[in-house]
Amino acid sequence: MTAVVSPPVARPISLGPRAMRAVEAMVIPAGALIASALLFSVFLILLGKSPATFFSLIWTGGFGSSFSIQNTLQRSAPLILTGLAFAIPARIGLTLIGAEGALVLGGFTAAAVAIPLVTGGVAPILTLPLMALSAMAVGAVWIGMAGWLRHYRGVNETISSLLLSYIAVAIMNFFVEGLLRDPASANKPSTMPIGDAYRVGSMPGTSVHWGLAAGLVLAVLLWILMTRTTFGFAARMTGGNVRAAKAQGLPVGFLVVACCAIAGACAGLAGFFEVAAVHGQANASLVAGYGFTGILVAFLARQNPLAVVPVAIMFGALAASGGLIQRRMGMPDATVLVLQGIIFVVLLVSETFYGRIPFLQARTTGDRT
Amino acid sequence: MTGADLFIVLIAMVGGAIRVSTPFMFVALGECLTEKSGRINLGHEGNLVLGAMVAYAGSYTTGSPWLGVLMAGGAGLVLGALHGWICKLPKVNDIAVGIAFMSFGTGLAFFFGKPYIQPSAPRLEAIPLGDWTGNSSIAQALQVNPLFFVGIALAVFLWWAFRNMRWGLILRMTGDSAASAKAMGVSVDLVRLLATAAGGFLAGVGGAFLSLYYPGSWNEGLSSGQGLMAVALVIFARWDPVRCVFAALLFGAAGAIGPSLQSIGISQGYYFFNAAPYILTLFIMIASARSKSAAREAPGELSIVK
Repeated sequence: MTAVVSPPVARPISLGPRAMRAVEAMVIPAGALIASALLFSVFLILLGKSPATFFSLIWTGGFGSSFSIQNTLQRSAPLILTGLAFAIPARIGLTLIGAEGALVLGGFTAAAVAIPLVTGGVAPILTLPLMALSAMAVGAVWIGMAGWLRHYRGVNETISSLLLSYIAVAIMNFFVEGLLRDPASANKPSTMPIGDAYRVGSMPGTSVHWGLAAGLVLAVLLWILMTRTTFGFAARMTGGNVRAAKAQGLPVGFLVVACCAIAGACAGLAGFFEVAAVHGQANASLVAGYGFTGILVAFLARQNPLAVVPVAIMFGALAASGGLIQRRMGMPDATVLVLQGIIFVVLLVSETFYGRIPFLQARTTGDRT
Repeated sequence: MTGADLFIVLIAMVGGAIRVSTPFMFVALGECLTEKSGRINLGHEGNLVLGAMVAYAGSYTTGSPWLGVLMAGGAGLVLGALHGWICKLPKVNDIAVGIAFMSFGTGLAFFFGKPYIQPSAPRLEAIPLGDWTGNSSIAQALQVNPLFFVGIALAVFLWWAFRNMRWGLILRMTGDSAASAKAMGVSVDLVRLLATAAGGFLAGVGGAFLSLYYPGSWNEGLSSGQGLMAVALVIFARWDPVRCVFAALLFGAAGAIGPSLQSIGISQGYYFFNAAPYILTLFIMIASARSKSAAREAPGELSIVK
């Protein structure tokens, strides 16, 4: 069906436009980051705080010691996965912002599946994969629904995925407060703890859980899928122009739902690691905003699965240093949120510069629109 | 459930619908105004949270809740104007900018709102409309906040203005076809900037209602997606301000199911009823997505219905 489609043939002087696009994709987000840092510095100065202290604390808290590096990597693991959950549907032209819900529901599913298996004494080597797979499956169905509704019923996927997020949190609360509540969890309703034997451990020689490795592997796999396979090419073509893709006979509906399901599976897996490696049970701590930071990660990475990794590590560092900033500068924990908000807005403003920077544009020879 | 219980539940739902619907109504009217100009602002969630914080802080420092309401509107106006300004830049996607403003507004509100979680600020006073009945549950349900009536008056005014006033016609023309508005010598960007800013103002006022009346205090979990649901509500109301009021009441009633059942001692599945408004919104979106009348009445320039 798609065998005739192949990537555009390289032109003799093709280094120009393609390389320039790559340069743009580096220079413009970097510029946006610098501009955000400057804007945030103004914000800090207005509040009578020192920007120099702030940014040096971010550095210390994020990368200053081997402890803080591991803390950063630990926090970046879910961000890689939720970043991928935004980036993959974005390649097919969908703005899905519901990764938070898939993460929460995936984590909850993992905990719920674990309860009978753990009490039944099933070996961890069987239990953990089952937990992970069911978390991914539920996440895939959840976000896949938003894709299905988009393609077959014309429901705007941005709003539907966010509504599904709220519904997911309500479903988790319903079970965690009721049927699956562990009576021992007095103040913070939670499911039964899965127990240390069933926890996902750290990677050898580190205190970073295996979620980071899973994120790295998935980032590479999805990069290969999106850039080196027919599926990926068809998906990107659909993202470029749905009508042209349909005219080419591409299975647009399947591509849309599949990309969304991949996204949901990534977010669900993030939820699995939050339960199996970090919290050991499902409770309200799962609603931690990783899904929303993932959107920002994916935007900054220009929807490139490989670029998601370093960007997620950067935001992981930001999260890791939050406590230090709170203690040393006496600023609320929402400081990081303000910085993220500024980065987000500036980043979107910077979209306007693509193809319009004079010295870059001169050599793209009208290839861009 | 006996007849008396049913009566209490119904009364509680009416009262709840009136209370819960007011912020929905203001955000929906603001969103309606914005969307009529052909642009969508998904960032109203941020306006709502920031508006709630600013209103509470304003009421606390000035002692006047109504000044707080105005300040909340001002904060929403600034966010809306920024949104409008950024969206007019070429190649910038208004939906993505909305998501960014959702996070920016929420971040600002949490940052500056920390000191206001504990102190108690003067609230908006309700008008007791049901005291004459002598029935305490009716009297309680009919405590209606004046902002509710302001919202209804505003909806009727907007409905009339869109049809009959010069700016209303210009706004609708800009939303339906930017090309013809340009041909008439209208500055499309300016109209959209003003509409988005005004819409932001209304969303901020909606936030003020949350912190100053119901639930009536400032905390970080105050808004749970109301700003976003209002966007869906406008689609459901097919861009008609008066229908926005009815849609908001419907949403209010859905949100009031859980608490009103609790009032007669049914607390089973309380958390599930929390999901009711979201499920309702989703079904409404599914039902209206392919509706011909919705397609006919949608502003032609709107990216979300394309």
